[in-house]
Amino acid sequence: MSAPTTEPVPAATPPPVAPPPVPPQRARLLASPLVWPLLALAVLLAVNVAGNPDFLDVRLQDGHLFGSVIDIIRNSAPVMLVAIGMTLVIATRGIDLSVGAVAAIAASVACVHMAGSPQEGAAATAVLGIAMALAVAVLLGLWNGFLVSVIGIQPIIATLVLLVSGRGLAMLISDGQITTVTNATFEGLASGFVLTLPIAFVLALAVYALAALVTRRTALGMLIEAVGINPEASRLAGVRARTLTWIAYVFCGVCAGLAGLVIAANTNSVNANSLGQWIELDAILAVVIGGTSLAGGRFSLTGTVIGALFIATLSRTITSIGIPAEANYLFKALVVIAVCLLQSPRARAVLRVRRPSPARKAAR
Amino acid sequence: MSAPTTTRPPVAGEPAAPGPWSRVLRWSPSGRYLPVIATGVLFLTMFGAGGLRYEGFVDPQNFLSLFLDNAFLIVLAVGMTFVILTGGIDLSVGSVVALSTMIAATTLEAGWSVPAAMVAVLVVATSLGLLMGVLVQHLQIQPFIATLAGLFLARGICFMISAESVPISNPEFLELSFTPIALPGGYFIRWSVVIALVVVSVAVWVLARTRFGRTVYAVGSNEGSAVLMGLAVARTKVAVYAISGFCAGVGGILFTLYTPSGNSLHAVGMELDAIAAVVIGGTLLTGGRGLVIGSVLGVLVLGTIKSFIVFENLNSWWTRIVVGVLVLVFVVIQRLLTRRRT
Repeated sequence: MSAPTTEPVPAATPPPVAPPPVPPQRARLLASPLVWPLLALAVLLAVNVAGNPDFLDVRLQDGHLFGSVIDIIRNSAPVMLVAIGMTLVIATRGIDLSVGAVAAIAASVACVHMAGSPQEGAAATAVLGIAMALAVAVLLGLWNGFLVSVIGIQPIIATLVLLVSGRGLAMLISDGQITTVTNATFEGLASGFVLTLPIAFVLALAVYALAALVTRRTALGMLIEAVGINPEASRLAGVRARTLTWIAYVFCGVCAGLAGLVIAANTNSVNANSLGQWIELDAILAVVIGGTSLAGGRFSLTGTVIGALFIATLSRTITSIGIPAEANYLFKALVVIAVCLLQSPRARAVLRVRRPSPARKAAR
Repeated sequence: MSAPTTTRPPVAGEPAAPGPWSRVLRWSPSGRYLPVIATGVLFLTMFGAGGLRYEGFVDPQNFLSLFLDNAFLIVLAVGMTFVILTGGIDLSVGSVVALSTMIAATTLEAGWSVPAAMVAVLVVATSLGLLMGVLVQHLQIQPFIATLAGLFLARGICFMISAESVPISNPEFLELSFTPIALPGGYFIRWSVVIALVVVSVAVWVLARTRFGRTVYAVGSNEGSAVLMGLAVARTKVAVYAISGFCAGVGGILFTLYTPSGNSLHAVGMELDAIAAVVIGGTLLTGGRGLVIGSVLGVLVLGTIKSFIVFENLNSWWTRIVVGVLVLVFVVIQRLLTRRRT
């Protein structure tokens, strides 16, 4: 069933936008959960093509690819990065609301270091700044993970602490100023190209590939799912639930830090007050669209990547159709509700009463 | 005002036989009121410390201005308390406040009378809350996600109405907004404070004295048991979101009275302040325990922190950091308290 339905989708989308190719896992990953997000993405792209036949055109210029699609994948990078980290956290039955704040703090650390350094433009300065930012992101991830896994506070609340105070910390680091930096290496993080693709997108793909490799080629992914499905049972079964949860939050923190750096590099500045605002919501939305259940357990990193592309395409579509950009929120709300209804067991039961009920009764 | 109301619920909870043993027995459940008492002590200490440190801090008018500047937040925190008591959360209140200011401003500018505009705000806000309640209860979408959709929805509608600030020039509304109500001793409050206190009193009464209020606590303590007891769990859970929406509407009206304009960017992140106030007020985030008065005290603590920052000439971002630390402290205390109990 799934093979014929997936076939037309890559046909509608050109190679650059198609979800990252992972041929060996394809048969397994492209099972039914991924069909819906892909279909939604294809519909959005079709709407764009209908409005603007040149939409999918990609041209090669100075060794870089240019075109709307390339813009979309570049713009999707921050949300994609955050969402990949968020996927693992959600898989452990948690949630990380503080990613926006972590992004702002990491970006502030890097930019303040670079702006204050004697050789502001040097590549070494940028590397050191980025390293410091990521170190801080690790610390913040450790903090969140500590509150959740050791103290045992509900994830929403534990990360709320950093969400509330994080922006204050970022303002403190950047002294409430919009810090601008002039550093070619740092700027390249957002606007540079590698192998004709935007660096930001390649970075996000690399993180995705790393996460997918580590979780799907080792037992880690299964253990994380076990923790998410039933923390207590997995602990009794000998899974180190506490450590795994902790690792997920640290990874999410690093992803958020990277996203913050990309956003800051995009404008060559950091505004601690607004950088990464509401990115946690976009990231959670990407995860949900990708088919990962918020109740924890099964997760799909590929789905998350598609979800992030979907969100970036949605923003682009709304502006290109001529609807004011502010209406974005309205559409996102509708998407959230639609996706949740599709996932909600109750709503599904209402939609197709016949099919699941006999099986469920038999199971009971 | 606060002292008698804080002590009333424990008494109402256990009419209890008189005698020496009742006092001993009463000690252990009083642990659940400890957070509220702690918040009260914290508030008094902070206010007192401010009085020692700064001239004119303990001036009664300064105390009243805590209410004047935070009336909308008090109402929001009251609505949030209902939701959190059932174990849910409402992230949409900040956006609903913004939407309320927009609706109030645009309808008033369109020539509606003040009561008509207010009714419009309350109807829209309550319907939004009701919608989220239905999503949560009847379609089993997590409260966090359903209200997140509400957040986006309300903000999006705001931007659709107008992306720019809409000023209010209705004289009647401005009169309501700025008329001081004189109190003995040369002090004054405004109508917004009166409305907020009325909302608080009604909420205290509903939670402590009505069947609905007790059901809210029962649902939060153990939803399964509440269902088995035959309580109207579904109706109650939908209702708390409607109440939160209604309170967000009232809060929006008070916010419009405070800054007479409608703006899509009003109240960004205010849901965090409301949640923080509820947490600092000692309401358990897993539901089932907490008092409206605690949330009011939580708002007063937030307000006192803000005036501290102003008096200290510190940068405004310190407010966020201090509030975050306070939330952390209270959450950890809650965690320890619940761990001891189980």
